[in-house]
This record gives sequence, C-alpha cells and structure tokens, in this order.
Amino acid sequence: MTQGVGTALPKRTIGLDKLGVVIALILAAAWLLLPFADFKPNRILPGEPRSIFSALPPIYAAILAVGLGLSIFASLIRTSAIPRLLLGFIGVVALVLAIGVAGHYLTPEGDNLARIAPGAGFWVLVGAYALLAADSLTRLRLGPWPRLAILALVVVGICALLWSGAWDELSILKEYASRHEAFWREGQIHILLAFGSLIVACIVGIPLGIACYRSKRLRTIVLNVLNAVQTIPSIALFGLLIAPLGALAAAMPGLAAIGVSGIGVAPAMLALFLYSLLPLVANTVVGLLGVPEDANDAAMGMGMTDGQRLVAVELPLAFPVILTGIRIVLVQNIGIATIAALIGGGGFGVFVFQGIGQTAMDLVLLGAVPTVGLAFVSAVILDAFVEMTSPREAAND
Amino acid sequence: MSWSLIIRLLVLALLIAFLVAPESFAFLLQPFTKIGQPAIYDRGTLWGLTLSHLAITFAATSLATLVALGLAILVTRPFGAEFLPLSRSLANIGQTFPPVAVLALTVPILGFGTAPTLVALFLYGLLPIFENSITGLTTLPPTVTVAARGMGMTGLQRLVRVELPLALPVILSGVRLSTVISLATATIGSTVAARTLGEIIIAGLTASNTAFVMQGGLIVAVLAVLIYDGLSALERFFVARTTKGSSLSPR
Repeated sequence: MTQGVGTALPKRTIGLDKLGVVIALILAAAWLLLPFADFKPNRILPGEPRSIFSALPPIYAAILAVGLGLSIFASLIRTSAIPRLLLGFIGVVALVLAIGVAGHYLTPEGDNLARIAPGAGFWVLVGAYALLAADSLTRLRLGPWPRLAILALVVVGICALLWSGAWDELSILKEYASRHEAFWREGQIHILLAFGSLIVACIVGIPLGIACYRSKRLRTIVLNVLNAVQTIPSIALFGLLIAPLGALAAAMPGLAAIGVSGIGVAPAMLALFLYSLLPLVANTVVGLLGVPEDANDAAMGMGMTDGQRLVAVELPLAFPVILTGIRIVLVQNIGIATIAALIGGGGFGVFVFQGIGQTAMDLVLLGAVPTVGLAFVSAVILDAFVEMTSPREAAND
Repeated sequence: MSWSLIIRLLVLALLIAFLVAPESFAFLLQPFTKIGQPAIYDRGTLWGLTLSHLAITFAATSLATLVALGLAILVTRPFGAEFLPLSRSLANIGQTFPPVAVLALTVPILGFGTAPTLVALFLYGLLPIFENSITGLTTLPPTVTVAARGMGMTGLQRLVRVELPLALPVILSGVRLSTVISLATATIGSTVAARTLGEIIIAGLTASNTAFVMQGGLIVAVLAVLIYDGLSALERFFVARTTKGSSLSPR
C-alpha cells in the first residue's frame, strides 16, 4: 500500500481510463459468466451455481444489476481519485450486503444442512471493486494516519457486519457457528505463535544484530547460518525439530512438565523464532551501517561513550529499518504459523488442513480468511509506523 | 577450490548417495523408529519423489518468471504506466497471503493432485519476481537511459540491450527467492496429494515415525540450501559480467 509512485498523467477532459477498461471487462465477465452464489445441498457436496437474478429477491436483483451496469460505464471514464474510491467502496459494500441477503433468500425454510456459499462471481466482483478502491488509494498517496483511519473504518465495518447477523446464513459463518469455541482457541494460539516468537526473536535478534554490526567476522558467520535456516522449508524445519525437542523433553522431565515436547507448540515456536532471526539481525545491521558518519562524528565529538552513542544516536536512527524487519517477520510468521497445525501446534491452520481433509472448502476459508486478514492488518499498521518513524525524504522513496 | 565449495560438493554427494541407496543409511535412522516401523520411506522411491518435487518447482518457477517479467516490462513502459502504482500495491498485498491458503483455495477449482500445487506455486512465485523486476527496471541510473536515448536507440533496443542486462542481477535474485519459496510450498503440496517430498514428512507425522519426518525434512532442507547457493553463485557471475569493463558499480 505504501510504495505508490505518482505518475503524472496528462489531463484530458474526457478519456478512457486504461485500468478502468480492465476493471469494466472483469466486472462484465464476472457478472455474466460466473455464479454469484453456490447452493450446496450439504457442506461437502459441490455447489449448484446461482446467478444474481436467481440468488436474490427480484427487487434487490434489479437494483444490483442496474448498479453494476452503471458502475461498468462509470469505471471506464477517467476521473480523479475520490469518485473512483467512492465507486469502489460502494460496490464492495453493496455486494457484501447482497450476498448476505442471498444467504437468507436461498436457504430453504428449516433446512440445516443446505449451505449457501459466495460464488466465484461474487469474489471476482468484490475483487474488481476493491482493485478500483486500491488504485485510488494508491494514487491519493495518503499519509500514515489517514491510512490507519481507513483501516480502522474497514475493520469496524466488518465487525458490525458480522455482529448484525446479515451474513449468518452463509456457509463460512455456519462453519464458524459449529466451531466458535475452537475458532477463538486456535486464534489465540495463532497469535501467540506469531507474536510470541517475534518478541523472543526481537530480544535475541536485535542485540545479535548490534554485535554483528561491531564485528565483521561474526556478521559473515551469523548471516550465512541464518540465511541457510531461512531457506529450509517450514514443514521440513518443523519436522527436523521434532527429534531434538522430543529427546530433550524425555531427558528433562521438568521441561516436559511445562509443555515442551516433540510435537505441538514448542517446535512450532522454535521454528518461527529461527525464521524471525534473519530479517531482524540483517535489518539491524543494515540500519546501523546506514547511520550517517556525521551523526557519529558529532556524537563522538560531544564526548559520548560507545554505549551512549548506541542508545542515543545509532539505534534511534536505525529504528525505521529495524521496524521494517519486524514488519517482514510478523507478516511471514502469521503465514507460516498455519503450517504449525501439521505438527499439532494449533492455530488457524487447523481449519485449513481439516477442510482439505474433508474437502469442505468453507472450513478452509474459516482458517484462511482470518489468517490473511491478520497478516494484512499487521502489514498496514506496521507500514504506517515505519513511515511515521522515517525521516521525511526517506518516506517518499 | 575454497572450503565452502568443497563442503557443498560433499553435501551434494551425500545427498545423491542417500537418494540412490537409502537402505545403506537405514542404520542411522533406525533409532528414531518405534518397534516394527520401517526406517526408510517405502511407499515410493526417494529418487522419484525428489525428481517430481524438483520438476513441479522448476515448471512453476519458469512459468512465473516469464509471466512476471512480461508484466513488469509492460507496466514500466509508457503504455502501461497507469498500472504501475496499482500493480505495486497488489504485489505487496499478495505477499500477505500465506502460501498454504493459496494452495488450499486452488483445490476446489482444480481438484486434488499436482495441478493445484502447480497453480499455487505459479501464482505465489510471481510476486517476488515481479517486485524485483520492477525495482530493477525503475532504478536504472538515469544517465544510462538518457545516453541510450541519445544514441538513437528505439524503445525495444533500449529494453533488450540496456535496461534488461542492467536489471538482470536484481531480477535473478527475485527468481532465486521465488524458487526457494516454491520449493517450500511444493512440500506443503503433498497435503493436497501432489507427489512431492512432503509426502514423506506427512506420512511420518501421521504414523508418528520420526525417521520418515527426518529423512523428508533433511532432503528438502539440503536441496533448498544447495539450490539457493547455486542460484546465488549464478547471480554473482552475472553481476561480475554486467559490471566488467564499465564504470557502473553494482547496485
């Protein structure tokens, strides 16, 4: 979201917007060729396609169709960013409300087995409007605070939607309803895995980075080893940690008592911690190396000791780069934590893999959507922090 | 020959020996099995799984390279400039999707087997290559592009003879990143029944046979590290070639 490059476009009174043409084509194709909703007799059977007109009460369907038609034309015309942002935003909101209505409309009275899932057409339409909004947001080049405000608005909107019950008849929420306790439990584990390993990695990685900055020999060795660790696929690393941790727990009953064992949270945590070290150490080193010599000279001229200089000059100046490392680690950990489910570590991955096993795609979504949401929110928030802490000219890079 | 090269060759030799004749290493893995469990994966040859794993990774990454590079070239030309800001944001957002989610969501469209894995690897592999290609193509020293224009080169000539060669090292590091991610994601692919080395790890996890988990994990890990190193060496070779005989410093 942050690295938008403003392109100076020639100003014309009326013209075709190239991206608008692409979006209009996507909208039209998704509307005409793809099902808006899927009706499944039960949660595992494949869905029967339903178009907008068969998925919604006639009045709603007509309003949605007219809106879609108008927005296809509107997106073709070159306009400034704000109207396009509004168009994209209204489009997403209208679709999200409509699919909720479809859920209530299509569910047969008293049928607890039938599942109404958003169809491919729905997802592509939402994606196209979201593209329109994302493009406008990129072009507006908002500062960090407005971006955070928009994020908060979107999150509050989604919470309100879920709380209102408008989506209650949709398949994902039916999966949630039968598993809500497990959902929050695995969610807590997921957050514990991703954030816990990040915190431990910060405690170890930043001092290690400082040490690597001071000693070139240490830097070469540490960065090479961490690079190799980073290269090892997560599932392999999880697997390789099972044997040593299992042996450790068997040899020291005290460790086993606090929950260390070959499978479960412990190897997942350790693997995530190991993966987190490289971006943290590398970014700490790069950040410290990037501290301008003038700043260091001035600090030395003021009679600061090495330790004072580190705390008062070098670390504050390197902070944005270190924070970028934290951003990389957090987004990466939230993703990799899904794999932990394979070794009994829990997290949202549990639903993904259960869903794959039962070929119940709604269950896969129940695990995947919160994971993606968590990663996305973390990325936007940390990107904003990075920009706030960066010097002004660096922020526009 | 440097020490690090000798070590890598030794590791490669060991890996090949293990793949060809896994039985002769069985005594090392036996302690990790429970009574009655086999020490070496017996529902497919290690060789076959390794080759299939590498083939899936290679196919997905080459396709991703072609498409990502093509798209990057398109959005960095005047014709596609309108798409540049958005495509950057998209690549950035796309990377917040965990590979396993991409994989799982491809299954309903393509069914179980190798196909969804291939598609997920391709989609996910696009991002690093695209991002790096754009970085490479947009951060060229302006003096060079102006000089090329001044020499009367056409847009295509500039692209092929100036911009791409100069951006090559950055593009290649994107390809390397993408390859390593694909190698890892292919491992997870066996949860949707793709024939990859992940099969051994998953079999070990479900039967709680640590020996399987370890051999699968070790083969994948060693492959990943060796391939990463090999591609890094290739990159250094190209950087050396690009910068040789010119005053340009490597970026």
